[in-house]
Amino acid sequence: MSHVATIAVSILFDGLAYAMFLFITSVGLSVTMGLMGFVNLAHGAFAMAGGYFVVSLTRSLGLGFVPSLVVGSTAVGLISIPFERYLYRRLYKSTDLEQVLLTIGLAFMSIAVFTYFYGPIPKSVPLPDWLEGDVNLGFRAFPSYRAFLIVLGAALISVLWYAFEKTNIGAKIRAAVDNRRMAESVGINVDRLFTLTFALGSGLAALGGALAIQLFGLTPSFAVLYLVLFLIVVAVGGLGSLKGTLLAALVIGIIDTGGKYAFPVAGNLFIYAITVIVLLIRPAGFYGRD
Amino acid sequence: MAVTETVAAASARDQTRERAAEFLISRHRYGWPEALPWLIAIACYFVFPDRMTFGSQVLVMIMFALSLDLILGYAGIVTLGHAAFFGIGAYVVALGALRLGWSEPISGIVAAGLVAGLAGAVVGWFILRYRGLTLLMLTIAFAATLQESGNLRSDITGGYDGLPGLTFDPLLGYFDYDLYGHTNYLYALVVLAIVFYFVRRIVYSPFGQALTGIRENVRRMYAIGSPVHLRLVTVYAVSAAIAGVAGALFTQTNAYVTLTVFDFDYSAKVMVMLILGGTGRLYGAFIGAVVYLIMEDNLSKLSPTFWQFGIGLLLVLAVLFARRGLLGLLEDAPWRKRKKP
Repeated sequence: MSHVATIAVSILFDGLAYAMFLFITSVGLSVTMGLMGFVNLAHGAFAMAGGYFVVSLTRSLGLGFVPSLVVGSTAVGLISIPFERYLYRRLYKSTDLEQVLLTIGLAFMSIAVFTYFYGPIPKSVPLPDWLEGDVNLGFRAFPSYRAFLIVLGAALISVLWYAFEKTNIGAKIRAAVDNRRMAESVGINVDRLFTLTFALGSGLAALGGALAIQLFGLTPSFAVLYLVLFLIVVAVGGLGSLKGTLLAALVIGIIDTGGKYAFPVAGNLFIYAITVIVLLIRPAGFYGRD
Repeated sequence: MAVTETVAAASARDQTRERAAEFLISRHRYGWPEALPWLIAIACYFVFPDRMTFGSQVLVMIMFALSLDLILGYAGIVTLGHAAFFGIGAYVVALGALRLGWSEPISGIVAAGLVAGLAGAVVGWFILRYRGLTLLMLTIAFAATLQESGNLRSDITGGYDGLPGLTFDPLLGYFDYDLYGHTNYLYALVVLAIVFYFVRRIVYSPFGQALTGIRENVRRMYAIGSPVHLRLVTVYAVSAAIAGVAGALFTQTNAYVTLTVFDFDYSAKVMVMLILGGTGRLYGAFIGAVVYLIMEDNLSKLSPTFWQFGIGLLLVLAVLFARRGLLGLLEDAPWRKRKKP
């Protein structure tokens, strides 16, 4: 294989893995924002909580990596329910500013709590043997962990797509995103629907946070550091759109990986440039509604 | 008969008009309590002569919070990227002194204000058509873009290591900077007083009323023919210029600057200060910045983790129980209620 093609395949592969992380973590935020128009800056805190739960489950309790992912994200999903019931619910009709302040306050508190219990030093997780090293796909070898991320992401996308487009509850969610009042007047309990999607979204964020440990390491600042990234995916993709979130995650993941390969010092510059350009042309994002 | 009716109607109209004018003028009038913060600031100069460096930081943050109050408190623009303009001002002065040898402080501040104001006008013209999440993301992305660009050319900006050892000419060619920051404190206080006078004029002018109208009900402002976009861009540019002046003062009083001035945390911090003090009420910026920085100075020495938890808790409590900040609480206090009919 020629040199250029090798690099292109690497960028595509790494970019795809990155995009899967972005999608898994952001999709819940997109749906909950689309449903209630609630600006949730504490979403990154749920992702971080998932990461730390998995660290504790694997390191202290000796649970396997994959079972820990399941237990950790389920736990965060359940924990998020009282937050939605008792704090978020009070501010659905408030201004953007009040929602921003409440949730950024929660994010700060979560950073402090996790710093207190885990310390500021980056954490890692022990991986099972089959996720270490490379996997050979015939024409070349790829890092196993990223391959796992891509397969897992593809599986989740299929499940979510099926749930969103083919099931009764998915139809209700889509109806409520499109027109909340109309959905309520035909008898859909939007409040309960929202609690459900909120818990599911937080659980997925926790899964994303746990998967990210191997890629970026985990510190308490994760809650704010990557929050901007999740918000960008949601805003660029369009609120409440599964398709939009996936497209935004792919575009940002692949372009950012390529950009960082070509200009390592540029950091996240490419991501911000894409955001500004897309939002100036399409303020509601790829698949958003004005 | 008809004539007298017309005269009566006209005089009634004049009276209403006079009452409206009287209302606007009386709002504008200075009251005695307003001298209090300034007297305290001057008293601090004599009472805490060894804390003047900290005092200058407080004054700079008051100015930064004041600039945010103009757009957030009065015009209702929610931004988490206002550090962009603070950073522009800071770097105009720093790069001017280091690369161009332009170390005259007062003209440096003016230049910083102009550049930041121009940037605010251009950026504002593009982004102020949008509201909600889109606007929030655009403000964050703009500040982050500046930070990343600065890091890209760290040979010019000094990157995250910063530009240390900046030197500035003596103030007005006469007052030199001392080790304890006495000159800096008075200098910052005078600049703040000038900026405050200017902001106060804006807020109580018909233009300021139009901004409040946009915040409260933007559709009605369109309906009565107010040029909403132009008003928003204007106030955004003015606010950006003030933030730029605050940034320039920050660089001059510290003689040091790094790319962290563009941080998301920095934008969030100034917003927290303003919320704590109370938005849309001029002196909220003063109370918020003073309370926040004094608490930070004391509590973060004890434990930074504890401080971060506290500030998060404060925000949550402020949203749930004190939506108008400390000044709002003060106004609602029981001993104030009795005075009002």
